[in-house]
Amino acid sequence: MEKYILPDIPDLHSIAVYEANGGYKAFRKALGMKPEEVTDEVKKSGLRGRGGACFPTGLKWTFMPKQSAKPKYLCVNGDEAEPGTFKDRQILEFNPHLLIEGIVLAAYAMGITTSFVYVRGEYGKWVRMLERALADASSHGYVGDNILGSGFSTNIVVHKGAGAYICGEESSLMNSIEGGRGYPRVKPPFPAQSGLWGCPTTINNVESICNVPVIINNGAEWYAKIGAPKHPGPILVGVSGHVNKPGVYEMPTGLPLLEIIYKFAGGIPGDKRIKAVIPGGSSTMILRGEQLEGVCMDADSLKAAGSSVGTAGLIVMDEDTDLIQVITRISKFYYHESCGQCTPCREGTGWLWKILQRFERGEGRTEDIDLLMDIANNIEGNTICALGDAAAWPVQSMIRRFRDEFENRAKSLTMGSSTIAL
Amino acid sequence: MPHVLSEKHIKKLDDLKKLYPSKQALMLPVLWMIQEEHGHISEDAMRYVGELLEVPFGHVLGVVTFYTMFHEKPLGKHHIEVCTNVSCMLRGSARIVEHLESRLGIKLGETSKDMKWTLSEVECMGSCGTAPMIAVGEEYFENLTTEQVDKLLATLERK
Ligand SMILES: Cc1cc2nc3c(=O)[nH]c(=O)nc-3n(C[C@H](O)[C@H](O)[C@H](O)COP(=O)(O)O)c2cc1C
Ligand code: SF4
Ligand code: FES
Repeated sequence: MEKYILPDIPDLHSIAVYEANGGYKAFRKALGMKPEEVTDEVKKSGLRGRGGACFPTGLKWTFMPKQSAKPKYLCVNGDEAEPGTFKDRQILEFNPHLLIEGIVLAAYAMGITTSFVYVRGEYGKWVRMLERALADASSHGYVGDNILGSGFSTNIVVHKGAGAYICGEESSLMNSIEGGRGYPRVKPPFPAQSGLWGCPTTINNVESICNVPVIINNGAEWYAKIGAPKHPGPILVGVSGHVNKPGVYEMPTGLPLLEIIYKFAGGIPGDKRIKAVIPGGSSTMILRGEQLEGVCMDADSLKAAGSSVGTAGLIVMDEDTDLIQVITRISKFYYHESCGQCTPCREGTGWLWKILQRFERGEGRTEDIDLLMDIANNIEGNTICALGDAAAWPVQSMIRRFRDEFENRAKSLTMGSSTIAL
Repeated sequence: MPHVLSEKHIKKLDDLKKLYPSKQALMLPVLWMIQEEHGHISEDAMRYVGELLEVPFGHVLGVVTFYTMFHEKPLGKHHIEVCTNVSCMLRGSARIVEHLESRLGIKLGETSKDMKWTLSEVECMGSCGTAPMIAVGEEYFENLTTEQVDKLLATLERK
């Protein structure tokens, strides 16, 4: 397939090269449309968010009030910290103007005054690349006051985070921009009613926004035909772990995971068997290697298989992988990143990690498997934000699909201690 | 108040003020500037930020301690961060950690006595496809072998 988000064009980060390859054409086209027509195109295209929840982007935009006495804001989410995810960084490095064009298009559609691009603090180098591109876009008249003489004005500000996974959660991200700790907010109110500084706000992922110029250039109907009908478009899939050619690959949605692993990512080193995959970043449910036949990278197919697309960060594990070590490390991450506001998340993530460490040391008991499940079930759905769910899902799915791994680790001790008891 | 921000940064702050509707939103930008100039954010600096942005000291302290990239104490001259999250783990980050610990004579989370090195374990850095990785300051070093770690340490040693 032709590539739209990360095409193989040298020096595309430079505005001259971007313009020579049709850059900012979509924006000029949109200036001749009504703002609602732009939103309508995005709605009709079927684009769904690439930040983890697959929420329809156009529909989200319609939640914004048309008239508003207060300014309206857009937050572009480039916090990218879900383990296994490394795609937005590629956009910042190789195609920053596509992002900027997408932002001004979104701003035009929704009547946005200022857009904040929140980029994780660790990406300092890529923050500077984006700032450079933004300066060029401003000096070429694509951002700022009275853009291209159209009377439409909008600003873009790059805001650098400072190391906190939770700030990728949309309401935490807004608190972080406002200069506070990144605590998620209780919803409702939803951001479209009351977001940044109490004003109407939309939050979209970097890659989601990059799809907008593609849609406006080619039309919603054309876009809707790419990939999986209910979850269409080009998608950036990051493949990591035990594959010969890890990396970010652009492809239509809906390709079989096995094709992604074997054709794009070059298969498994040493031709080993696939033991397990995590399809969309560490919070998505783990799948057994044997169940992958026919499972595809789109929302419906992965849901049917008992997982989700998440950020499309596909982590592949070969037959020799110690899955207890994997789940222990994942649980440590969520424990470390919990903001501590809700008791089930703050306490639960700590218990999960502690008990899993016991299994890792070979000191787990068979009863602990159900205890882990119990704790995870008590976190899920009982917290302010979805980090709680993100911590529960990997543990639940690991136990459901790889109970044997836990039992094998537990057995040795149960036998050992009963020997002592005798 | 001791010298906290250079002229360059104070000027930059004035520009930033025009972009944000509230003073408090300059929190992260100001803290980044202070850390860039001083390597860490001292209590005095936090008081300065409180006055500058008209927020209580406690709020500034709360923010500084919330974010892992802000440091209240000086770190070693070279801050080496190793990712040990899943994708890096699957591609041998444990080997890199072991090697760094033995070469530097410090454990994860420690700073050497001569203040030359700080070694930290970090969460996913967005380098999963080029694992294992370490970061030194803003530079990423990816697809690492222990031999490359040795070369990098030798370069840093000379700095
Ligand atoms: C704990 C947590 C972390 C998140 N991290 C990110 C992130 O780094 N980037 C991102 O785009 N979305 C992240 N999200 C999802 C956002 O809350 C939000 O749904 C998304 O940015 C919306 O964009 P989209 O509709 O374009 O996908 C996170 C959610 C949670 C609960
Ligand atoms: S679920 Fe966890 S991370 Fe989210 S608000 Fe509650 S404690 Fe914080
Ligand atoms: S897991 Fe190490 S960079 Fe992502």
